Amino acid sequence: MSRLRRDRRAVFGIAVLAIVAGAGVAAPLISTGAPAAQHEVVATRFQPPLSTDRAGTFHLLGTDRFGRDVWTRLVYGARISIAVGGVAVLLSLAIGLVVGAAAGYWPGVPRVILLGVTDFTIAVPRVVLVLLLAALTRPSAGLVILVVGLTGWMSVARLVQGEVRALTARPFVEGALALGLSQRRVLARHIAPNALTPVIVSAALGLGQAITLEASLSFLGLGVQPPTPSWGNMIASGRDTLVNAPWVATAPGIALALVVVACTLLGDALQDALNPTARYG
Amino acid sequence: MLAQIGRRMVAGGAVVAGVLTLTFWLVQLAPGDPVQRLLGPTGTAAQIAAQRHALGLDRPLPVQFATWIAQFARGEWGRSIATGRPVRAVLGDALPATLLLVGLSLALSYTLGFVVGAWQARADRRVDTALSVATVTLFALPGFWLGLMLMMVFTYWAHWLPAFGATGLDADTLAGWSGLVDRLRHLALPLITLTLIGVGGTARFVRGAMREVQGQPFVTTAEAKGLSPLQVAGRHVARNAMIPVIMLLGMSLPALLSGTVLVEVVFAWPGVGRRLVEAVLARDYPVIMAATVVTGVLVVAGNLLADVCAAWIDPRIRYGRRAT
Repeated sequence: MSRLRRDRRAVFGIAVLAIVAGAGVAAPLISTGAPAAQHEVVATRFQPPLSTDRAGTFHLLGTDRFGRDVWTRLVYGARISIAVGGVAVLLSLAIGLVVGAAAGYWPGVPRVILLGVTDFTIAVPRVVLVLLLAALTRPSAGLVILVVGLTGWMSVARLVQGEVRALTARPFVEGALALGLSQRRVLARHIAPNALTPVIVSAALGLGQAITLEASLSFLGLGVQPPTPSWGNMIASGRDTLVNAPWVATAPGIALALVVVACTLLGDALQDALNPTARYG
Repeated sequence: MLAQIGRRMVAGGAVVAGVLTLTFWLVQLAPGDPVQRLLGPTGTAAQIAAQRHALGLDRPLPVQFATWIAQFARGEWGRSIATGRPVRAVLGDALPATLLLVGLSLALSYTLGFVVGAWQARADRRVDTALSVATVTLFALPGFWLGLMLMMVFTYWAHWLPAFGATGLDADTLAGWSGLVDRLRHLALPLITLTLIGVGGTARFVRGAMREVQGQPFVTTAEAKGLSPLQVAGRHVARNAMIPVIMLLGMSLPALLSGTVLVEVVFAWPGVGRRLVEAVLARDYPVIMAATVVTGVLVVAGNLLADVCAAWIDPRIRYGRRAT
């Protein structure tokens, strides 16, 4: 922990994620509170950043083509991005942990099958898989969570599998089995917690990927549907107004990039902190 | 080595078979009846039954699956529901555009990434930190957004480069040299977008791989022999660091193709990814199925190529022993 506190990458990552999550939670307090509100579209649309419209409302990041406040939509969009990304990552961690633990612990046929499925899922481009799944039903935030979660568990499963295999050979596992504990209990209580280290790193990197994927899907119109703001569909709506209102697409993209950088740096820092053999510089 | 490549090919074939299976069964889950979609709301019950029989949809699913696989293998990929064009023609037109974009961006991003990563591994701390910040930022940027930003700057503000399509409207009238220039100008923005994002990931990885190799005893030996720093870096460090990088190339193909899908959409690049997204939005299942399988095959082929390259560079793999 102290190593992490001294690591500037970790401090930056945690700070950015905390600020974004905090802004999402406090969204009604720090914005106009109505992300989909439109007033007199013609009079209020395309207000540049740091301007005040005729009704006297201040727009920190300007307004979009419907006169909606971009800052308000940004902080409400943060709720969607963090929540969808977070839940999706938890889902893929859970799947990866179960598949990896089972594949690592039970040799023979189960391992071959589970690793085969894992390798296969890795080989299919994630966006293609996501598009295939998204084509089947009506787009919604729930579907995005499911789809992103279902396509992100493979690296976790592989890491956990390797870790569990190494741990299974250790004496304390043999001891637990000799005491008469059931295999499932040994796996759940003695092996899985020890195999969690690589999972933590994957969680940080996975969060960034999941948030990007949510934004990509929403950008294509297959994710969160307007008027509910999400960073992806905000970029999509700003795409048509790049010339006269570039701030509409720029602001959510910068937020997105910042969050992904934060996740990546946090993942790097965790990797170095948890893996004593790779400590340098 | 041949036996190894043979094993890899079998595994690759299994992946393609898996993609075929997954695609077929997932599409079965789709809501709505394809026959009703085809005939529209005015179709009578008798027409629907006749059409269903004609399409073979009244047979048991496993039989339909086997028929579909056989037809797919023969190259009969059906017709697009949305446009009526044969699917093979739709994707056949799109594939070269995607391969051009993916191939060039791979080559560029790995070359640049290798140079930046290798430079970082030898540079002093300040340069290293500055480049690390740059590469992690590039790595994190969402491709579709970076594409839009480049479009905003280079197309709308500077009026330097075209933003949409692979050729201009007047492409047919441009002969020889000016036609090539037109194509290159259209290629520029999508290629730069994909390359910039690729460079970030590659440079980060190469830096780590070079650092790891630099600490090995054989590097000290090479230095002690009196080789110049350039010789040590080129022949001893880079060659060994190359192996994980080539492996990464194979593994990163799915991610690259994923990124390509979105960049193709942003720049209206007439490739497989854009066709796939159009098909998904139109629920055009024959195109979706074929495009999914085509990308699966691309990934498998790319991985195979990466394996062969790794074996070519690393004699340990070539002679069948695992690299340590």
